[in-house]
Amino acid sequence: MKSLEDLKKMRELALKKVEMREGGKDYRVVVGMATCGIAAGARPVLNKLVEETAEKDYNCVVTQTGCIGMCVYEPIVEVYGKDGSHTTYVHVDADKAVKILEEHVGKGKVVEEYTVDSVRAREV
Amino acid sequence: MMQDLAMQTLEILMNSVGAKADTVILRIRESEHDNRIDIEVEDNGCGMSPEMVQKVTDPFTTSRKTRKVGLGVAFMKGLTEQCNGSFDIQSTVGVGTTVRASIQKDHIDAPPMGDLGEMIMYVIQADENIDFRFYYTTDNGNFEFLSEAVKQELEGVSLLEPEILLWIKEYINEGIIHAKEGME
Repeated sequence: MKSLEDLKKMRELALKKVEMREGGKDYRVVVGMATCGIAAGARPVLNKLVEETAEKDYNCVVTQTGCIGMCVYEPIVEVYGKDGSHTTYVHVDADKAVKILEEHVGKGKVVEEYTVDSVRAREV
Repeated sequence: MMQDLAMQTLEILMNSVGAKADTVILRIRESEHDNRIDIEVEDNGCGMSPEMVQKVTDPFTTSRKTRKVGLGVAFMKGLTEQCNGSFDIQSTVGVGTTVRASIQKDHIDAPPMGDLGEMIMYVIQADENIDFRFYYTTDNGNFEFLSEAVKQELEGVSLLEPEILLWIKEYINEGIIHAKEGME
């Protein structure tokens, strides 16, 4: 049975991690969670991102946003780097989410085949 | 089409987040005895004019600029009409909005409740600064979740830490099960 007491322990663990990292996280991973995103399957994507980040301790914060106006490309995951870089991944599912974390957040390599530009190029 | 009550309620809660509310209160009552499910979302966001309240159940009304349809409120109202229920919005500009929906629990068209813990995790994730309060009531017991109580325990550590988000989801779902079974 969980209780608010658990949070004390979790707080200490979180603080230790922050100390190790120095100066915040390198990436911000944002999932589109408006009606269009959810309808297209953003929930399992967001859940997977949160679970994987917790388990593998990726250097990112996972958050969400509303509709960004590209509903046909949902589920959309955007990755913002500390250096100002910005990548938009489209038609993401749970497996692709794992790969994005592994390659982009883990190794700093953009997963080109899932980006909006390459998906659009393939459509033409 | 939306699947369960949790996801329909999420849509309403996201409207509160979008309305820049700093306090959002969700009350859910599930009663076998009265055969009702009541859902109430109260916020202190920007509120709506009487004209907007009139129009907001129309799917082609939305204040968003990225697309021209907004379905959350329209779906919720449609669901209550389908399930022998009631739907009501009270709103005052500058004060806030309260949305109330009620359905017949065993109605053939009544969707399942869905994952409330996950849904609340999404709300917290959407804006961790909101003072979010969840009160859940059944015939057998109650459960409450207050984001401020969690923040107090965490003393400055963010609710957005993934371990904390997952803990919130599980804590709420456990609390709901216990409330249903009438355990403390």
